[in-house]
Amino acid sequence: MKQWIAMAILLLWIAAALLEPLLPISPDEIHLPAILAAPSADFWLGNDGLGRSVAERLIAGARIAFVVAFSTVLVSALAGTVIGAVSGYVGGALDHFISRVIDIMLAFPGILLAIALAAILGPGIENLIIAISSVGWVGYARLARSQAMSLRTREHITAAIALGSGQGRIVFRHLLPLMMAPLLVEASFGIAAVIVAEAGLSFLGLGVQPPQASWGSMIREGAGFLLVAPHLAIFPGIAIMLVVLSANLLGDWMRDRLDVRQNM
Amino acid sequence: MDKPVLQINNLTTSIGRGGDRVVPVSNVSFQIRQDETMALLGESGCGKSMTALSIMRLLPPSAEITDGDIMLEQSHLLDLSERAMRAERGGRVGMIFQEPMTSLNPVMTVGRQIGEAVKLHDADNRKRVMERVEELLDDVGIPDPARRMHEYPHQLSGGMKQRIMIAMALAGRPRLLIADEPTTALDVTIQAQVLQLMKQLQQQTGMAILLITHDLGVVAEVADRVGIMYAGEIVETADVADFFSQPRHPYSQRLFEALPTPQKRNRPLQAIEGQVPPLNAEFGGCRFVDRCPYAQTLCREQIPQWRGDQNSGYRCHFEDAGSSDAVATEEFELAEESIQGDTRAQALLDVTDLKVWFPIRKGVFHRTVGHVRAVDGVDLNLSTGKTLALVGESGCGKTTAGKGILQLIRPTAGSVMFNGEELTQLKGRALRKRRADIQLIFQDPASSMNPRMTVEEIIAEGLVVQGVGREQRQLRIAEILDQVGLPGDAVGRYPHEFSGGQRQRIAIARALILEPQLIICDEPTSALDVSVQAQILNLLKELQQQRQISYLFITHNLAVVSYLADDVAVMYLGRIVEQGSVEQILDEPLHPYTQALLSAVPVPDPDSKREVIRLQGDMPSPANPPSGCYFHPRCPQAMDECRRSYPAGREMDDGRRLSCHLV
Repeated sequence: MKQWIAMAILLLWIAAALLEPLLPISPDEIHLPAILAAPSADFWLGNDGLGRSVAERLIAGARIAFVVAFSTVLVSALAGTVIGAVSGYVGGALDHFISRVIDIMLAFPGILLAIALAAILGPGIENLIIAISSVGWVGYARLARSQAMSLRTREHITAAIALGSGQGRIVFRHLLPLMMAPLLVEASFGIAAVIVAEAGLSFLGLGVQPPQASWGSMIREGAGFLLVAPHLAIFPGIAIMLVVLSANLLGDWMRDRLDVRQNM
Repeated sequence: MDKPVLQINNLTTSIGRGGDRVVPVSNVSFQIRQDETMALLGESGCGKSMTALSIMRLLPPSAEITDGDIMLEQSHLLDLSERAMRAERGGRVGMIFQEPMTSLNPVMTVGRQIGEAVKLHDADNRKRVMERVEELLDDVGIPDPARRMHEYPHQLSGGMKQRIMIAMALAGRPRLLIADEPTTALDVTIQAQVLQLMKQLQQQTGMAILLITHDLGVVAEVADRVGIMYAGEIVETADVADFFSQPRHPYSQRLFEALPTPQKRNRPLQAIEGQVPPLNAEFGGCRFVDRCPYAQTLCREQIPQWRGDQNSGYRCHFEDAGSSDAVATEEFELAEESIQGDTRAQALLDVTDLKVWFPIRKGVFHRTVGHVRAVDGVDLNLSTGKTLALVGESGCGKTTAGKGILQLIRPTAGSVMFNGEELTQLKGRALRKRRADIQLIFQDPASSMNPRMTVEEIIAEGLVVQGVGREQRQLRIAEILDQVGLPGDAVGRYPHEFSGGQRQRIAIARALILEPQLIICDEPTSALDVSVQAQILNLLKELQQQRQISYLFITHNLAVVSYLADDVAVMYLGRIVEQGSVEQILDEPLHPYTQALLSAVPVPDPDSKREVIRLQGDMPSPANPPSGCYFHPRCPQAMDECRRSYPAGREMDDGRRLSCHLV
């Protein structure tokens, strides 16, 4: 049951993100009479400090969050998996080197590194994606490496070598498909983490720039009016919470499901 | 005779509920007297272990005993409270398991673990626990018990750990000892030690033993009576002597026929076709009907009555099924000439001085401080269409030797000539092409296949990587499936949908499709039941005949060797100690190790009172082999010379090669 609610919320989020350009909304339009207005019939979730519709800005923010979340997870999961799988399968000096790099990356608090990177690269969505991905791959790499190490001694790999398969075929045909399950779960949790990271960086002013709407920057702007108009921060907060919670629930559910398949 | 120690009446145990409910033990009755060893024999999934766990009331949470009565001396075990039952476990009933490695707590010394059992179950010795532990260790034949009791399980070998388990079970002075496959995970020489120990302890204490096993040889060795289990019920009980001279139930008869022996060399084994029926349905007839060659309509329609009494009888509609000449279902006739008169046999594989050493690295800079000499100078040769068996105990390096030949592990030194080509020099693409000619079959077919690939993809893989076109592939797959006896619709399914025997057939198909000249079979039947083993051995033999394939058969199972092999090489601690034809080695072994190994194998014949040559201790570590002859510390005939130098391999008059100073 839980997973269906989670899936519905995620679908709603994705639909909002994909359909945003087609919707009759204007998130940047200023309604001066409605500055800081509470939710009303015209503006369901109220208006912000410049009189812009919170509801419309939430939808616009959903698109940003979606783009950032999926591209970051895709980039870091792909890079991390390939680096980790090769490192674990090949072993030796290469593995030593990559493990040390992973250790060093993990020794830093990830968000701090991302902040530093975003600050160097300058604000903007692309730079945000680069910053989060360049710390995000480490988790996938570590997971993929341990998977590859335990799988490479499996007899089906030995059998494949004995048949005359090349290294590439072994990694892509016999190694990667078997480590998909844990990596998919990790990626679903990753989506939640990235949304939080994006919100955090945008909150610090390093992500999306005004007037573009993102959930993090909306909270930042709303924080100034927290006592006068709490809905400015509360609604984007709820949006983040719902999406993150759903992504996590779905990840949990997938982990259980995929485990059963593995045990068969 | 005295009263039975254990009396089980109509025991029925079920697992799960509703539609998922299975009944692994149904209506089982038997008794065991003092001083008596009763063996429960059967293939995997027949309910043997469930019966044992029911007696101990150690069933998994979803299982329950639905009917029956278990009497241990005067008490009804099923009526006891959980608290009272706890006192019985390890008290009047002791149990030992198959895997001594996982049954011991790795973070406690073995002395403390046995001490716990003493404290709980031996009131007389509660004051002197440690002394008692020492006595127990001494009883189970652990040398230097005062020191050994302070060691941890990982410091002991498999055989020693099983002795520790037995010592633990003995701590409560049990009236009944349940041994669930106690020697299955052990080597034959160690198995001989443990079986001997159990017999000896029984004589001292008079306990009853319930021995669960799938090995007819072990039954003949130690049991007084035997109960054959099939699909959850006992189909026959008998005295061991009667059982081995005349098994009554068709299933028992088939078990014997499926056993590989030297006498059956020139004909196929009688495999039991089909599988054990699922245990979730009600049976309206005989449970064996689908696999029974004598089955008639009656067998399907009526559940057969038990003939005889509880101590000796069987469950069959017919009094003497199968005693009249059997309906011979010969699938193929092995042509005489091909076995003997093949003079044009030529050398296919010639291995000279093969060494596979693994470096032991230590310290920050990974300095090499020594080598594990897994394979330490092995010479083998094998001709086209022949089978060479490489036998030895676990850890002797036989699997590593196989991998060295295949170049899956690059040998440290030595030469592997295959068809006149030096494999150790081949690299990259040339080696990958050559791999098509030498294939490999593993012990565990499940882990040797990618679970995410369909059977078709698995079998076709060799063709794909060797660059065979799609249409050709389709044809070959259909052909090969037919040849290994798999249904044509298997292609779209995944390996986990098949039984163990079928999976091994898939593995054979995968190896076979590249039309290799040599297949290295690494214990291909060890994970299979006897009836399925017979199917696979038949298949291998048939394929060899049709295609003149050579096999390098790596195994510890000497019965299989006697049935299948032409030549035998005996390996000990990385070296071949004796190599010759199967008759030479098995009938007239010259090397003391070969003699000991052969004498330790339990023979499925209670009348054969053979002399077991007992080897002292365990195999030494290949990282630090003994000086001189590697075997001298365990050799009963060692001389001074054996301590000084390793005997060079010599060709004997009868053509065998031998490394021993004695001969």
